[in-house]
Amino acid sequence: MSENAIVVEHLSKRYLIGHRVSQGGKYSYTLRDVIGREINNFVRKAADLARGRQVVQGDEVEEFWALRDVSFEVKQGEVLGIIGRNGAGKSTLLKILSRITEPTAGRVLLGGRVSSLLEVGTGFHSELTGRENIFLNGAILGMTQREIRKKFDEIVAFAEVEKFIDTPVKRYSSGMYVRLAFAVAAHLEPEILIIDEVLAVGDVEFQKKCLGKITEVARGGRTILFVSHNHLAIRSLCTHALVLHNGIAMPKYDAITALEHYALQRQGSIGSSWTRPPDLAKPEVHFVSIEIGLEGGQPKHILDCRAIIKSERKTRPACITVDFADRNSTVIMQAEPKCEPFIGGLPGMYRVDLRIELPLLIPGLYTLGFWIGPHNLETFDWIPEAITFEIVESPTPARSFPYTLNHGSIVVPSTADVTMLEELT
Amino acid sequence: MHDVIIIEAGRAERHYWLDLWRYRELFRVLAWRDLSVRYKQTVIGVLWALIRPFLTMLVFTVIFGRIAKLPTDGNAPYALMVFAGILPWTLFATGLSEASNSLINNTSLISKVYFPRLIIPIATIVVAFVDFLISFCILLVLMVWYRFLPDWRIIVLPVFALLAFFASVGPALWITSLNVKYRDFRYVIPFLVQFGLYVSPVGFSSSVIPEQWRLLYSFNPMVGVIDGFRWCILRGQSELHPTGLFASGAVIAFFLWFGVHQFRKTEKSFADLI
Repeated sequence: MSENAIVVEHLSKRYLIGHRVSQGGKYSYTLRDVIGREINNFVRKAADLARGRQVVQGDEVEEFWALRDVSFEVKQGEVLGIIGRNGAGKSTLLKILSRITEPTAGRVLLGGRVSSLLEVGTGFHSELTGRENIFLNGAILGMTQREIRKKFDEIVAFAEVEKFIDTPVKRYSSGMYVRLAFAVAAHLEPEILIIDEVLAVGDVEFQKKCLGKITEVARGGRTILFVSHNHLAIRSLCTHALVLHNGIAMPKYDAITALEHYALQRQGSIGSSWTRPPDLAKPEVHFVSIEIGLEGGQPKHILDCRAIIKSERKTRPACITVDFADRNSTVIMQAEPKCEPFIGGLPGMYRVDLRIELPLLIPGLYTLGFWIGPHNLETFDWIPEAITFEIVESPTPARSFPYTLNHGSIVVPSTADVTMLEELT
Repeated sequence: MHDVIIIEAGRAERHYWLDLWRYRELFRVLAWRDLSVRYKQTVIGVLWALIRPFLTMLVFTVIFGRIAKLPTDGNAPYALMVFAGILPWTLFATGLSEASNSLINNTSLISKVYFPRLIIPIATIVVAFVDFLISFCILLVLMVWYRFLPDWRIIVLPVFALLAFFASVGPALWITSLNVKYRDFRYVIPFLVQFGLYVSPVGFSSSVIPEQWRLLYSFNPMVGVIDGFRWCILRGQSELHPTGLFASGAVIAFFLWFGVHQFRKTEKSFADLI
């Protein structure tokens, strides 16, 4: 334990969730069905009450394992990133570590004072002034009044709200509110800090400031657990990362390897063709299916896309764009083919054949997102992660060292002429 | 190495009460928040804490004293006797109803931050206690108005005030933890409080209860508390029944133990259920 700040052993967490049973794919809304369902529900809830069990809304109750047998260790001073899709169990893990909720099985050892920042501005009261909220929020996050008083000026300066410090926060703009809330949290000094997605607040400028502050805290030798969808933040901040998938943890890797594992796993679920899933809502104009084919080779790769589009009624003419994202889900470029003639106008099925000349790309997986709309401000349909393709060949065959995302995914064609001017002896 | 915190299913917190002490500052801050928010954006503000008990006293004095012509204790003015009952009753009733909803009113705190949950309902009752102190001023005014000064017995009053406080803590803890799981209790409380107002000797003296029912009546914990208040304030002109007081005290102690026990048993699942 002496070296480890956090030890997690076989941690599991189960929730009970309720479903509404639909009959024949549709809810039945006749009075008889509703009464029957309500009586059933009442009997079940009364039985739960008598047994002292939890009341679950819905007709059927199902067990759901948010975490299953998760084990890992975090060393003192380590900054561990936690990545995974929505619903992978990240938040549940953080909630257990913050002692907000109890695990169903397994145990956790924590060596030191823990502060968790699961939400920015927890406990802020809109009727109170900025000054009062700093003290309130500080106390909630576990700071003593003395600590807060000592750091008060620093907090106010960081949040840039000096002028409004004695105004009730309900009069604040949402940006000011969030800045103040983060500023309080950023001045915590626990031994273990748990942060959930807080970088998703404020404008870009402020996000940078937050990231800088967290980096500073991390350098101070504190143990940090950090959940984010921002791969850049994970890469620049964390030494190691843990990938969660459906409540199961993959082994702990260094941050870059973990991110790649995550990307592979995520892209593994996307194919080279796409058909509209039946449960996806259908806008007036929507993609029915998309398929692609890669032609040629570097440096002259051609990507052929064929999209089938259905227009259900007369609409304004539309065009298509294609977004290219790299392994980190960062969009690196966009194709905006000129549609001739425009798609649609009249109801019917359309086929659109795209031919995209790719620039030089470093080897790896790329994901395509398809958009259709009449105007850049109006969207008919948007499939963000529709299709994936892989580049295997190297863009510059002479190069012997591997490509990394640190230097971007697009390689610019370039030449260099070398002339020796003088020989020194 | 610092002490290691172990998180495990069903593990009772070893340092529970110590932890509670460590979080005393949060307790103070939460009570202060509830206090300062309580009368924000109202016109007459804290006067509400005076008006409500005063009007209740007026109505009870007229209905029970003048119309129903119920006897007072000794030669104490009826209004004073009624008010000596309203004081602890209001403390109990506001404490109970506010604390019962306190957990679900603080959902965001509970699902996002750890702290001993016991802090929230108790901080709410402290706010009710402050209201109690404010309405105490009315009592002083009434005493001057009727030229009725208390004697040495008044120094025992804090003991009974504390008893009233604990009388609301016990059931409040139990009900607030049930409220997290079953929201039905949100609707039970206002009813219970209204019902309690009539079965407790608030508008009338407990001496109107026939002697043979007296002990049974004292199992209502507020009977002992209100009798105690009247004994302190009215120069002992209302009698204090030791057995009745003991019965009330026992019921209060039982509910306090039961409330804390139930609260602690369910405390860890609050974040999942709320």
